Amino acid sequence: MSTCSVSKGCFVFKPSTKKRRLSEKTDHYFRSTSNDSEDTVLRFITCQSLWSQIKSETEQIQEDMNKQLLDNLVSFLSRSHSDFQEKTTEWTSRMKFREIPTAALVLGVNVTDHDLTFRGLSDVLQNNITPYVALLEAKDCPGIKNLMQKLMGQLMNCDIDVDSLEDEDCVQVSQNKIRCSMPSLISWYESVTKKTDSETPSEKRNSSSRHWQSPPVVVVFKDMESFTTKVLQDFIVISSQHIHELPLVLIFGIATSPMIIHRLLPHSVSSLLCIELFQSLSCKEHLSTIIDKLLLTSHFPFKLGEKVLQVLINIFLYHDFSVQNFIKGFQLCIVEHFYSQPLSVLCCHLVDIKKRVYSLSHDQCENIRRLPSFRRYVEKQESGKQIELLTNDSFLKEETEKLLEDLHVYHENYVSILRCLHVFTSSLPKYPLGKQIRELHCACLENQVWETNEYESSLQLARMLNKTDLVTMLQQCVEILVSSSGKEFDKTVKHLKEFLTQFQNLEASEASQEQDVSVSSQKELQKKTDLYHLQKTLLELKESRRSKKLTKFEMLRFEVVDYIDRLVRKYLVPAGDRTLHEIVYFNAATVLRGHLNAAPRTALHTALNNPHWYLKAFSTVVTAAEEPNGDAASSDQVDDIIHARFIRAVSELELLGFIKPSKQKTDHVARLTWGGC
Amino acid sequence: MSRPEGTRSARRSLQVKFVPDEDVLRHIADDAGTKVRKDKAQLSVSVKRFVKKLENISDNEAQEILEEKNYVAALGICAQDSVGNGSNISGGEVYSFQTPKRSNKMAELASELAQTPEKNVAPDHSRCPEKMAKTPQSKRSSSTKVQQRNKKKEFVSTTPYRLRKRLTAPDPYLESESEYSASCSEEEDEEDKKEVSTVSDQKTPAKTKAAYTPPPRNSLTKKIKEQKMSNLVEEYFEAHSSSKVLTSDRTLQKLRKRRFNQQTLHDLLKNAPLAYAAEIRDLNQQHETLFSKWMLQLHLGFNIVLYGLGSKRDLLEKFRTSLLQDSVHLVVNGYFPSITVRSILNSITEEVLDHIGTFRSPLDQLEFISKRFKEDSSLELYVLIHNLDSQMLRGERSQQILAQLSSLPSIYLIASIDHINAPLMWDQAKLSLYNWLWYETTTFNPYVEETSYENSLLVQQSGSLALSSLTHVLHSLTLNARGIFRLLAQRQLEKKDSPSYPGLSFQDFYQQCREAFLVNSDLTLRAQLTEFRDHKLIRTKRGADGVEYLLIPVDDSTLTDFLEKEDEDV
Repeated sequence: MSTCSVSKGCFVFKPSTKKRRLSEKTDHYFRSTSNDSEDTVLRFITCQSLWSQIKSETEQIQEDMNKQLLDNLVSFLSRSHSDFQEKTTEWTSRMKFREIPTAALVLGVNVTDHDLTFRGLSDVLQNNITPYVALLEAKDCPGIKNLMQKLMGQLMNCDIDVDSLEDEDCVQVSQNKIRCSMPSLISWYESVTKKTDSETPSEKRNSSSRHWQSPPVVVVFKDMESFTTKVLQDFIVISSQHIHELPLVLIFGIATSPMIIHRLLPHSVSSLLCIELFQSLSCKEHLSTIIDKLLLTSHFPFKLGEKVLQVLINIFLYHDFSVQNFIKGFQLCIVEHFYSQPLSVLCCHLVDIKKRVYSLSHDQCENIRRLPSFRRYVEKQESGKQIELLTNDSFLKEETEKLLEDLHVYHENYVSILRCLHVFTSSLPKYPLGKQIRELHCACLENQVWETNEYESSLQLARMLNKTDLVTMLQQCVEILVSSSGKEFDKTVKHLKEFLTQFQNLEASEASQEQDVSVSSQKELQKKTDLYHLQKTLLELKESRRSKKLTKFEMLRFEVVDYIDRLVRKYLVPAGDRTLHEIVYFNAATVLRGHLNAAPRTALHTALNNPHWYLKAFSTVVTAAEEPNGDAASSDQVDDIIHARFIRAVSELELLGFIKPSKQKTDHVARLTWGGC
Repeated sequence: MSRPEGTRSARRSLQVKFVPDEDVLRHIADDAGTKVRKDKAQLSVSVKRFVKKLENISDNEAQEILEEKNYVAALGICAQDSVGNGSNISGGEVYSFQTPKRSNKMAELASELAQTPEKNVAPDHSRCPEKMAKTPQSKRSSSTKVQQRNKKKEFVSTTPYRLRKRLTAPDPYLESESEYSASCSEEEDEEDKKEVSTVSDQKTPAKTKAAYTPPPRNSLTKKIKEQKMSNLVEEYFEAHSSSKVLTSDRTLQKLRKRRFNQQTLHDLLKNAPLAYAAEIRDLNQQHETLFSKWMLQLHLGFNIVLYGLGSKRDLLEKFRTSLLQDSVHLVVNGYFPSITVRSILNSITEEVLDHIGTFRSPLDQLEFISKRFKEDSSLELYVLIHNLDSQMLRGERSQQILAQLSSLPSIYLIASIDHINAPLMWDQAKLSLYNWLWYETTTFNPYVEETSYENSLLVQQSGSLALSSLTHVLHSLTLNARGIFRLLAQRQLEKKDSPSYPGLSFQDFYQQCREAFLVNSDLTLRAQLTEFRDHKLIRTKRGADGVEYLLIPVDDSTLTDFLEKEDEDV
C-alpha cells in the first residue's frame, strides 16, 4: 500500500491479527546486527539489568535529595490544615483577610526535572496529608474555565480512587454535568467530607489514620511562570472568596525566582496569598551526587571514558541543567557500549567474570587479541608468553580473567585515591584542578594528571598549606581510605596516620623547644646589657628560630605532599593506559554527541557547502548566456529540463527554509538565513 | 577579478595582466583611506561572479567530472561517520565561505596563464568580461555594473607596478569580508554612486573633503586600524538599513515559457538523469544498516529524528517495509498540505484503537489514547512522520501534543525534519518529552513527494484541486446561486490589483444582486451566502466599521480560470 495520496496524510497499517507477532522481543534487534550471535542475548540481559540497577539507584538518589524539601512542605501543609481543622483564631483571622496559604516552590531552571519532583510530591501528599491533590500545567489551562474543568476533573478522579468503585458511575455523570464553578466544587467537597464522616467506623478509622477529618485541597501549579496572568489572578480572587468553605492550599512551582509572583500578580491579588518559600536543592548538587554515586563507585562495572563524560557534563552545563537528560545520556552510553562492543559481555560484576571468560568463543578471543590495549600488553611480554597469548585460547582466558580483575582493583583504588586528591585540591586557592570532583576525575581520566601544569601548581600550593588544614585533610584521607573497599590501603593508612602523629609530636616538641629557646634567650638577654651584643644575639636568635622551625614543619609537609604525589602516580593512571579498558570503558564520544547534541544546521550546511555544485548550477546560466545573442527569443527559451530543475531547486530551498516568497513582487523570493532580509 | 587591464599605452604594447579585485581595491584603499571600504562589499560580489565564470570557462570538463566524483565520495565518507564530520566541526569552519580563497588561486593561475608568452591574450580578453558587457539586453544589472566599475578602475589605477607588487600578497582581510558582503547585492546601485565619488576622491582629495568631511589625512591613516572595527559595524548597519531594495523586474512570465503544472514538471524531472545515482545509492545503503539499531533504541524508550539534506522519505519507507510489516504502524505525511494533529489523533483512535465517537478537544483525545495504551500493554504503535517540521505541524500546540504522544512508552516515533530552523520548534520541555536520538541521514535525494503539492513557488498555481472543487460545488447549486457567486468573483477580479481590498461589502453586493435580478430580498441573499460559507466557497470578515465583507479565498488565477470555464459552459 502506498503512502502517497493527494487526499490523505495519515495511513494506518494494521497487519492481520494472525500475522502479527506478539510484541517483538527487543533483544531480537540487539542480536540481528552483530555478527557473533552467541553472546548477544547475554549482553542484552547484562545491559538491561545494569540499566535497571542504575535507574533505581538514580531514583533513590532523587528521592533522598528531595526528602528534606518534601518534609518541609508536608509540615507546612499539615500546619495550614490544622488551623482549619481546629478553627483557631489564626484561621479566623486569616479567613477575615481571605488569605490562601501558599507554598512557593523554587525549583530552578531545569524544568524537565520538575516532573519527577512533582510526582514525588503528589505521592507524598496523597499518602500523608490529603487525597485531594490537583496538578495543573499551564498548557492545559488557557482560560479560567479550562482550569476549573481540569481541577475538578482531577479532584473527582482522585475521589474515585479513594472511594469504592461502585460510586464511579455517579461521579462520572456528575463530572460531565456539573458546571465547573467554585460553588459546585465546594458542594462536592462538602459531600465528600460528609461521606467520609458517615462511613462505617472501621473505614473511618482507616482513613483517618492517613488523612485528617477534612483534608485540605492542594492545587499545584507546576509551571507558574507559563500561566497567563489573568487566569492566575481570577483563580486566586475567586478561590479567596471561598476560602472559609474550602480549605485550599496552593503550591507554585517556580523555575526562576520568587520575585516572579509579584511580577505576575498585582498587589491586590498577591495580598490574598500567605506565601511561604521553599527551595529545592540545586541541580548542580544533584548532578554531583549522581556522578558520585554512579561513576565514582565500584558498584557498576560499566564506566564512562573521559571524552564521553565531558560531553555529558557539557550538555548539562551549557544546554539544559537537566539531570534527567544526563541520565538519559548515560543510558544511551550503556546501550551503545553493549551494542557496539562484542566484548562488553565481560563488562559484568566481578563474581561473574570467571564464568563468562571461560565460556568465550574463539571469535571472541580473537576480538580480545584485536583490542589495541591488549596488543600493547602483548608487545611488552617476553616472546614465549606472546606466542601463548596469541595462539592458546585457554591461556588467553586465564590471562584475561587476571587482567579484568586487575582492572577492577585498579578502579577501586582509583576512586579512593581520587577522593583523597580531591580533598587536597578542592581547598587550594583558585582551584587549579577544579572545584568539583568531576573535573578532577576528567583530568585524571584524560591523561597522566601528574604531567599537567595544573597538577604541578596544585602541588606547589599544597606545599604552602598551613598545619591545621593539612592535618584535617590527612584525617579526611584516612577516613576515605579506611572506608574504601580497596584492600591495598592498609599500609597507606598506616603511613598517613604516622604523618598525623608526627604532626602532633611536632606540635609538642615545637612548643617545648620554643619554651627552651625563649627561656634561654631571655636569660641571655638579661645577662648581656650592651647594645652591640644585644643586637647580635637577637639576630642570631631570629635566624636560628626561623630556620629551625621551618625545617621541621616544612620537612614534614614536603614529605606528606610527596607521599600524596607518589600515591597519585601509582593509582591515578589514566584508564586508557590500562589493558582491556575497552571492555569496561565507553569512549565513543562523537557518537554520543551526534545523537544527543546534534547540529542539523551544520549537517545541512556541509551538505550544501559545495562550491562545485554552484558552479554546476552556474554553468546552466552561462550556457544560456552563451547562446548567440542576436536572437533574443532563443536565449529566452530555456531548456525544459533546466527549467524544471530550477523549479525543483527553488521549491526545495523553500522546503529547507532558505527562501520564501517575498509577496512584494511577483516571482521574487526573500532569503531567510544567514543575513537575510 | 582577473580583469585585463590595458596599461602603459605609452609603450604601445598592450600588456594584459590578471589582477584580483582585492588587490585593486587594496591599491585604492591605500590612497583613499577608509571610504573605499564601503565598496568592497559589492566589489567582492563581483569577484565571486567573475571567478565562477572564469572557472567554468577555463576548467577542463573531464577534470571537473573527476573532481565532482571525488567530492561525492568524500561526502559519502562524511555521512559514513556521520558525526565525525557533521557535528564536530566548529561553526566557523563550516559557515565561512571558501570561495574567495579559491578565487585567489584561480587568479594566480590566470595571471600565470596570461604571462606565458606564446599564449595570445586577446581571446581570453574577449571571452570573459567583454561578453558580459555585450549582453546589455539581458539586463543582468550586476554584470554590467561590474563592467562599469572595471572601466572606472582602469581609469583610476595609474600605477600598475604597485599593483603588480601586490599580486604576490593576497589580502586576508578582504577575503574574510566577502562572506557578509555577498548579501548586499541589492544595494549595488547606491554603492555604485559611492564608488563614483570614491573615484573622484582619489583623483582630487580636496574635493572629497567637502563631500565626506573625512579627518585630516595624517590622523586618518593612523586611525584606520582603530576605526576598522567600528567602521565594520557602521557599514554593516548602513548596508542593511536602506529600505529601498532594488530588484530586477524580470519575472517568469517574461520567459516565453508556460509555467509547468505539477504533472509535466514531475514527468520532466523523472526523465532527467539523476546525478551521482550510484554514490547516492551507496550512501543510502549505509543508512539502511542502522535500521535494527533504530528498532532497538525505539524499544528502549528513545524516539528517533532524522536530519540532513535530501528526502528521507524513501529511507523511512524502506525502514517501514523491511521492519514494520508485522506490526501496527501509522505513517504521517507531514508535508501534506492539510494535515493536522487532529487527523493524526483521529487515525489513532479510529483506526488503531477502533474507537467510535468524537472528542471535545485534542487534549481529551490524547488523554483517551494514553489511557488505552497504558491499560493494554500489548498495544504497540509505530508512528512515522515525514517532515515533522512542516507548515501544518510546526505550531506550538501541535508539537506539544505530538511530544506528549511520543512520550507514551508503547508509542514509538521516528520522524524526519528538513527545515533549517526545525530544532527551534522545541523547548526543553518538549525535547525531554520527545526524548530524541538524532541521526544524520544526509541522502541527497530530491524532495519529490515533499514538494509535489501545489504550494510550491514557481509551479503553476493552477489550483486544479481548488478549481475542480469550485466547479463541482457550483454545479450542484441553482442557476441564481451560480449567478450570485459569479458576480462576487467578477467584483473580486476587478479589484485584484489593490492588495488591501477587504472584499465586497454585503450592502453593495445586495444592491448589485438586486440589479441583476438574482435575489429579491436581503434574506434570500443571506441564505445563499450561508450555503456558500458552508461549502467554504466564501469567507466573511467584519471590517472595522462593522460592515460585513465577502471574499472568495481562492487566488486570482484560479478565479479567472473558473470564470472562463463558466463562460464556456453557459
